[in-house]
Amino acid sequence: MKIRIKFAKYGVMKFIGHLDTMRFFQKAVRRANIDVKYSEGFSPHQIMSFAAPLGVGMESYGEYMDIEVNSMDSIENMKEALNQVMVDGMEILSVTLLPERAKNAMASVSAASYRIRMKEGGFPVCGLKASIEGFYRQETIPYTKETKKSVLELDLKQGIYELDADDEGGIQMLVNASSSGNIKPSMVFEKLCQFAGWEISPSAYQVTRLETYTNLAGEGEPHRFVPLSEVK
Amino acid sequence: MRTLALSDEILMRVEKPARYIGNEVNSVVKDKTKVSVRFAMCFPDVYEIGMSHLGIQILYSMLNEWEDVWCERVYSPWTDLDAIMRKQSIPLFGLESQEPIRDMDFLGITIQYEMCYTNILQILELSQIPLSAKERGEDCPIVIGGGPCAYNPEPIADFFDLFYIGEGETQYRSLFDWYLENKRKGGTRLTFLRGAAKIPGIYVPQFYEELYNEDGTIQGRKKIYEDIPDVILKEVAVDVTNIPYPMKPVVPFIKVTQDRVTLEVQRGCIRGCRFCQAGQLYRPVRERNVDKLKEYALTMLQNTGHEEISLSSLSSSDYSKLDELLDFLLTECGQRHTNISLPSLRIDAFSLDVMSKVQDVKKSSLTFAPEAGSQRLRDVINKGLTEEDILRGATLAFEGGWTRVKLYFMLGLPTETEEDILGIGDLSNKIAAAFFEAVPKDKRVNGKVQIVTSTSFFIPKPFTPFQWAPMCTKEEFLDKAHLTKQGIMSQLNQKSIKYNWHEADVSVLEGVFARGDRRVAKVIRRAYEKGCLFDSWSESFHNELWMESFLECGLDIGFYTTRKRADDEIFPWDFLDCGVTKAFLLREWKKAQEETVSPNCKQQCQGCGANRFGGGICYET
Repeated sequence: MKIRIKFAKYGVMKFIGHLDTMRFFQKAVRRANIDVKYSEGFSPHQIMSFAAPLGVGMESYGEYMDIEVNSMDSIENMKEALNQVMVDGMEILSVTLLPERAKNAMASVSAASYRIRMKEGGFPVCGLKASIEGFYRQETIPYTKETKKSVLELDLKQGIYELDADDEGGIQMLVNASSSGNIKPSMVFEKLCQFAGWEISPSAYQVTRLETYTNLAGEGEPHRFVPLSEVK
Repeated sequence: MRTLALSDEILMRVEKPARYIGNEVNSVVKDKTKVSVRFAMCFPDVYEIGMSHLGIQILYSMLNEWEDVWCERVYSPWTDLDAIMRKQSIPLFGLESQEPIRDMDFLGITIQYEMCYTNILQILELSQIPLSAKERGEDCPIVIGGGPCAYNPEPIADFFDLFYIGEGETQYRSLFDWYLENKRKGGTRLTFLRGAAKIPGIYVPQFYEELYNEDGTIQGRKKIYEDIPDVILKEVAVDVTNIPYPMKPVVPFIKVTQDRVTLEVQRGCIRGCRFCQAGQLYRPVRERNVDKLKEYALTMLQNTGHEEISLSSLSSSDYSKLDELLDFLLTECGQRHTNISLPSLRIDAFSLDVMSKVQDVKKSSLTFAPEAGSQRLRDVINKGLTEEDILRGATLAFEGGWTRVKLYFMLGLPTETEEDILGIGDLSNKIAAAFFEAVPKDKRVNGKVQIVTSTSFFIPKPFTPFQWAPMCTKEEFLDKAHLTKQGIMSQLNQKSIKYNWHEADVSVLEGVFARGDRRVAKVIRRAYEKGCLFDSWSESFHNELWMESFLECGLDIGFYTTRKRADDEIFPWDFLDCGVTKAFLLREWKKAQEETVSPNCKQQCQGCGANRFGGGICYET
């Protein structure tokens, strides 16, 4: 049976990296006595996969992982059992039974929504909403991505599906999170700051992933994003 | 949710921020208004090392079982955070509460190896506690030292208010009760320490003075109060089956050195190897009940979710119920997809069978620790492992499919000759030859065998028969390593043998600290002030700073290391009593020089003195 687990990671847990989060859940699954399936071979490991890695320092209320189990009594009990073995800042939000033919979480990811807020107070700028609108109206938003090996020229505009100020003085965005065109919210924010002439230190704001989506639309159709937990 | 002591900005800047946030599974957070004793338990090294230590897990769990006590953990901030904390004057904090150590009642530091001494000073300084015990005011936590290095506490005596000598399970309650009583009575730090000095196992260094002869050796000790003991006897938990054991060990987020459930099967060792300090310090041998261990194993695996379990003790093969315990673990772990990490076992048919069940034979290696290259020298050190044993074990293993063998030796042992050193190459060669003899050509995986021979340098330690022995100089050590190398290179099968050794600088320092006296403290302090920290990490070890410090403090390294000690010399640690008598150790020292072996505790009692604790192997059979 394939199970999809949605969880939140916030507070001090934002300092736990992706690999350590995976290790945390491997142990949590054992503590919760979940009858998880193991791979074959000399050193069997739990069949477990994560949707989209979350950078250190980011919080999230829309993280996903899939596991396979041999048996279970109910998804409610599994959620309860997992929540019993969590720590502060890790919370199981939902557990769903996936159809057998469902693609795994990682392959399903196509977009993610984020919120950026100042850690204290609001953004120290005036005309937040107008600046965001002006920024988003641009035809192209070129971005130079430098990695250790290469320098890539990207157009962020293609991958920003929504961008707006929220009611609480923050910024929200829906961006491409697929393996081919993933856009980091910090990239968008960096360009926005450049556009608007703001100077905001990276440690002054908090990025939170709100949800991770898959696209149900067929090829050529407009995006139809639904949360990963709502895959039927 | 707790507020962290460090800002996001700092945590995002340092390597592995998870070292500093606490919040791990099974970590204990209490309401500070409802406890009367706050204790910071420290392992003065980086988180990943400190979190791997069983002793802290045992005491952490035991102390937190007490409702009125909150025990937190603290480890050495790595050099990146160290620099930031100094620059911004951020006080060192407990992982659980994230509150300053300086506001707690006690700071307990476990001292597992000599090369962490500068890290102790770092902990104190970052905590904003004066380095010297005598400079501390009423508001400072009581700084306690414990662990194996507390058996010669004198080089670091200045930095501690008290040392707890022996096993932690027995006296912490009386220590806390006295602390609370003293507080109620309106007592001071001094009245607390005076009372503490009368609790069994507790040593308060500032109440004693070391007196010296003209030649620098110790003449004796003077105590400043009549009513405190002359000699402090170590504490022993006689019945190890019925003492607390951590059923809910803290589970780290990041990968640490020992990332598994640890079962301590016994304390002490029957063997009596003459170089080994642990073998004397932890006498008498006391086994834990095997049924209790089985129950612990299952409970701890359940409570942690760890995927691996290991056994811990000296010489685990001597645990009388080892077969039963391993059989149980093999069955249970097999069902739970849990790995067993085996301690180094005596190689025989049984252990090879167990190993083949839990490891990939092709990938794993076997370990032998002959410690010396010749039978003569193995007799001197009382290592009861013969060449025949090793070759028999190796042959069995080669027949079972193993192709990798690790060998451990020591260089610079008392009475060592060139012949003994060349014996290391000889023995390595014989093991390689045994492979070619045991495994027919067509059955050889990759066609070869790999022998990895490693040597370390022998450092005489207090409370061992070799505490009288002169240690080698750095140059002598390196010559010996070169001779070992030559010896290996001249062997027929030299291509199958890889030889490892390391720099001798650290060994020399360790030698000074191991048998040092109170005068060594100023060198440690000077070196720390010059920037020495994390000396056990080769990348941060600066020998030249240490050498400058010795020079500036006018201390002669040779006095502590290479000097020959008279049979009746008073040692800095003689006022401590680990159960084993000095007369026994001297007898063993003489027997070593006569190349005579001593039977182990199971074969025949040697009258070491540890039977005075009234339990363990001394009263069995």
